[in-house]
This record gives sequence, C-alpha cells and structure tokens, in this order.
Amino acid sequence: MVVRLPHHPALQSVEALEAALNAHGYVPDPALSMALYLALRMEKPLLLEGEAGVGKTEVAKVLAAILDAELIRLQCYEGIDLASAGYEWNYLRQILALRVAEASGAARLDDVFQREFLIERPLLRAITAGDGRPAVLLIDEIDRADDEFEAFLLEVLSDFQISIPELGTVRAERVPAVILTSNRTREIHDALKRRCLYAWIDYPPFEKELRIVQTKVPAAGEKLAREVCQFLQLLRRQDLYKLPGISETLDWTHALVVLGQRELDEAIVTRTIGCLVKYQEDLRSLRPETLAGLVRQARE
Amino acid sequence: MTAPLLSPALLTRNLVVFGRVLRASGIAVDPGQLVDVQRALALITPTDAPQFYYAARAVFVRRLEELPLFDRAFALFWSELARRDLLPDFPSPDGRREDVVIPLPPEPEEPVLAGMTEEPSGKRPAGAAATVQEHAGTDELAPPREQVVPIRTYSAAERLRQKDFGHLTPAELEEARTLLQQLRWQVGRRRARRTHPAFGVGPGRGLHWRATVRTSLRAAGELTRLAWRVPKTKPRPLVILGDISGSMDRYTRLLLQFFYAVRRGRSEVEVFVFGTRLTRITRDLEHRNVEEAMRRVAAHILDWSGGTRIGAALRTFNRQWARRVLSRGAVTIVVSDGWDRGEAELLRTEIARLQRTSFRLIWLNPLLGDAQYQPLTVGMQTALPYVDDFLPAHNLASLTDLARRLSDLEQRRPLRRMHR
Repeated sequence: MVVRLPHHPALQSVEALEAALNAHGYVPDPALSMALYLALRMEKPLLLEGEAGVGKTEVAKVLAAILDAELIRLQCYEGIDLASAGYEWNYLRQILALRVAEASGAARLDDVFQREFLIERPLLRAITAGDGRPAVLLIDEIDRADDEFEAFLLEVLSDFQISIPELGTVRAERVPAVILTSNRTREIHDALKRRCLYAWIDYPPFEKELRIVQTKVPAAGEKLAREVCQFLQLLRRQDLYKLPGISETLDWTHALVVLGQRELDEAIVTRTIGCLVKYQEDLRSLRPETLAGLVRQARE
Repeated sequence: MTAPLLSPALLTRNLVVFGRVLRASGIAVDPGQLVDVQRALALITPTDAPQFYYAARAVFVRRLEELPLFDRAFALFWSELARRDLLPDFPSPDGRREDVVIPLPPEPEEPVLAGMTEEPSGKRPAGAAATVQEHAGTDELAPPREQVVPIRTYSAAERLRQKDFGHLTPAELEEARTLLQQLRWQVGRRRARRTHPAFGVGPGRGLHWRATVRTSLRAAGELTRLAWRVPKTKPRPLVILGDISGSMDRYTRLLLQFFYAVRRGRSEVEVFVFGTRLTRITRDLEHRNVEEAMRRVAAHILDWSGGTRIGAALRTFNRQWARRVLSRGAVTIVVSDGWDRGEAELLRTEIARLQRTSFRLIWLNPLLGDAQYQPLTVGMQTALPYVDDFLPAHNLASLTDLARRLSDLEQRRPLRRMHR
C-alpha cells in the first residue's frame, strides 16, 4: 500500500490551498498557489526559482505543516553524490559482520549487501514508508549541484525509485510531494525541468510584504512595519548588485524591534543598513544623501 | 454552476494551436506539456481567464525569460478566442462550432546590418550549375567555377597564420575560418568536489569505502587493497565578452568564427557581444552549421558597428549574468580594442568586479598585433590594472597561442594587487 498525499481539505481547490497557506503565515501570489496546487494534485515536482531570500524554502516548510507531513530536506552543494543524498552502505558493520562470521566459524556471510546494512539518506528516506506519514521532500538549491547529480535525480523523480546495484531497485512505498528550489546560479537542465511544474517567486509588492512582516514580527508596531516596507520597496529600485529579499526585511525588522525603534529615522537606518545590504559596492553606492532621501520618502 | 470555459471537444485542438503559438513566440513546447496542461485544466475546471492563465503558465513556462513571451502569446490567444465568441457562450453566432485558427505572430524582420556583407560561400553547387548553364551557349567545355580551397605550401600556411585578420582576402578568410574550426579548445581543468575511486595513489580525500569493501569481499573481508577518493577534474567554464563596435569592425567577422569554434567544442562556454548594449549569443552559436549560426547571430544583434560603452556592458553582465555563468572558477575573456565612449569610473568599477569574480581575466586586443601599439586610450589604461593576461588577437597565430595558454592554465588564481 503506497502512502500518498492525503485527501486533505487544503487540497480540494486552489482557493482552499491559498487559504491554508495564508493561515500558516505564508502569503502566496496566485501563480504560486496554482502551480503548487497542480503539482500536488498531479504528483509532479515543483521547481521554484527566484532570487535568494524570497521565501522559496519556506513554501516547503509551510506545506509540511499544513499537511502534517514529514519534511525531508536535502541541501544540495557542488559534488553532492549518491552517498550523501540517496544511500550509503554501513561499511564498518559490513566488515565487522564478515570478520565475526569468519572468526566464529559460522557459515560464511555471503551477502553483506542486505537492507540492514543500508543507511538511508534523504532521497531514500523520502520514498520508504517511514512511520506512515506522508512526506514533503525539499531539494534545496538544486542549482548548486552538478550534472551528474541531476541525472541521478531524474530517475528518482520520474519513477520514484532508486536502483541500488547490490540490492536491486527500491520502489516507492511512499510518494512524497517534491519541491525543488533554485537561485538560478546555473541553468537546470531541460530533462529535469520537463518533469516539473514551474513557478518564479519575485520580490513581494508592498501589501504582501507588509502582511508578512506583521505576521512574522508582530512585535513591530503598525507604524514601523509600514515604514520598513515602504523603505524596502524604494530600496529595491536602487541599482544594487544584490537586492535585499524578504529574509533580510524580517531580520532588519527584528533588529529594529530589539533596538526599541517604533519608527524609522536616518541615523538608525544608516547604522543598521548592513542587515539589508551586504555587498561592499552596494554599501558604497548608497551614499548618505540617498539613504536620507529614501528614509524621508518611506515616512510619508 | 458556471459553464465550463471551453468545450472539451475543442479544448484539445485549441491547446494544440496554443502550443503552436507558443512555439512561434520562442517557447519550446513538447507533447508532454500538452498532456499535462489538459490534466491540469481538468483538475481545476477554470471558469475565468486568470485560472486558465496560471494553470497554463505553471506547465508551459520553464524559465523566467519565457514569462513575457508567454504573456504575449496568451493575450493573443485569448483575444482571438474572445473575438470568435468561444468564451462562455457557445456556439458561435452562425450556430456552427468553429475551430480556432490563430494567426501566428509575424516573423521578426531581419535588420539590415552595416558592415556585415554576405561572404561568397565556399560551397555553392547551384551556383556552379548556373555557371555551366550560362556558358552552355558559348563554350560547352568551360569548367564550373573552382570551388576547391587551394592547398598551400608550408611557408604560405605560416604566412596566413601571421597575417592580420583585417588584411585577409576573401579566399584567405575562408581558409582562416576552416583552420579556426580545427583548433582544439581545451581549458585548464579545476579540481571538482566530486570524487572517484582510485587504487595505489595517495590519501586524496580519504578512503573510498564502497570500492574498498567490494574489493575486500574477494578476500573475505580482508582489506587488501585500499581505494582512495581522488577528486575529479572538470573543465573550467569559459565566458567570452566580445566587442562588436565600429572600431572592431575589421576583426568582428573572424572573431565571431573564433567564438563559434570555441563554443562548438565544449559545453560550458557562454558568449556575449557588446557595443552599446550587451547581447547573449550563446544559443545562436549552437547550430551545427556555421553559416546558419552566423545568420542567427546577425539577426539577433542590434548594435553592430556602433559606439562602444564597455563599462555599461560589463555592468549589465555583472548584474544579470555573472552570478549564473561565472561560478565554478570560470575564465573570462574580454575581446576589445579598448576604444570606449563611456565613463572611465564605471569601467573601472565593473572590470574590478569582473576580475574578482573570475578565476582569470584575459583581455584580447587585436591592436596588440602592431608592434608599435601602446595602450594609450583611456579605456585601455583604465582596464589594464585589472586584467590578468593582456594578449593579442589579430591573427591565427595569436589565437593558437591563446588555445595553448588556456589548456595550460595554472591551478591557482593569479596573484592580484589589492585595488582600492
């Protein structure tokens, strides 16, 4: 009996899913809600692309909370291989088992490649039954992995099975919801993209960002939240090498709350701008007059 | 209950038409997507345009750049449906159900390009036949025009290699092109994080357990041979930024061939050209047929032989592309004579950044072929401190040298002065 995603009320319609996301503190845009809904219902992976810090990873976490599913996270990096992502043999145990068999004179242990010697890593864990809960598999920053890894991933994502040479093919006892995220530092290959539905997550508009700030940092007063969001909208129109994302906004708001601010002023912004802008050239290009102007506009 | 948007009978056909509209707009569409979009529509039974739009978008759009193309195609498609009254109210006015025939967007016109005249092609059998026809009346034994590339002696070949690109005759140009295509392009390799097992070598990155245990099985668990994890090497990515402004005119034709040759051999090469704007021509150069590739490039570029704004072009590159193509220790090659009409400060900032984010920054200057050349222009002077290798690119010999240099790249980053 293959464990699939449950017939959850949140999965009845796009609107229901949107409402559930909102209820859990994630503010989606219509394109994302639709893409996520379709991905879940069609059992296809969802590829989320966007700049760093716009909330791609958050989607998976919220989804797991909504569906009461196990969140299995695979963080990708260059050179990530089968052993870290899929499975690995417990070599020490194998060698010991061989030695023990030999020493005790028992029948030769011919096959050390049994399931008991297999260490399950995220991809394998995602498709094995676990404790019967459904699973959300988050493959984070797939653009940092390389071609070989993508090729391997293709097999897992198309047929939800993993071929282990010594053991055979492990087929899915559980079909997870799959979300891949990418910061676009590399173009994902077409073969993988073809398997997925796609959504681009952009920097949020004012209203949306305001709601996010109010949800995540309730300690910030109404005035501060508004001014912060206005400031961010203006800041993102500047010619910066790296525009600040939502996570930067939230960090900054937190910092301002910790510093006891109820509103923005030029001095505090100048001192805390490092929460938002983290590149030297960007900091240099934001001259004091520019910052002052932005603060003024944000407070109108 | 609101009526379903499009009758199922027509839906499939209309989706196929929509697929064609998308293809004409430049978005690749495969049959799998058509199946997917039908499934999607069945799941959500759209009752208005936005739902249809978002569902189709989730399936058809695969990258950010396709989004505006998709929007346009969708708008076209939808307005056509509306025009034929195929939205909520069925059937169409005269009572019959019609298929939707969407007029495809017009083919983009190929701009007339200054400075890029048609080269006489080396192969033209049709032309040869025509020649024969023409002469049929006068002299039936007149041979067709010679199409064979003359075989040169060694010294002649050497002379060709040394001859400046700007001075080549059309026939020599043709030969040079052929020779360019034959150059082998290998870029120095970098150590990747991926490893593979190897026996009998040093510790590398630790034991390769799987290979070790498997080998030990033959000896009932005795670790007779140890396998080590040795890092794989991968070729470095290469990024080319070529100046195609007026001052580079003499060299542009051949240099494009050079870019094509480099691109053909390898997978991780990105090619951009700039004049007053930056254009990515990597995809255009992917064609098997070199002439077709050149044609596409010509169609794509809008700022041939105009002015140069190197700083602005580099800034566009740094902001929009650098993060995507310069990771993994890429080598960047800028091909330009350094004649620049933009601001020097901008150029300085951007080339400094470019150097920092590249493993190695090479500047190829065709003018360096002239022994008398001194880099006195403001552009060149500004850029020079931030360049790791300043090399000529005026003839085949210089490009061959470049090929050799690239394959012998040092493993370490070049030592760079700290700039303010």
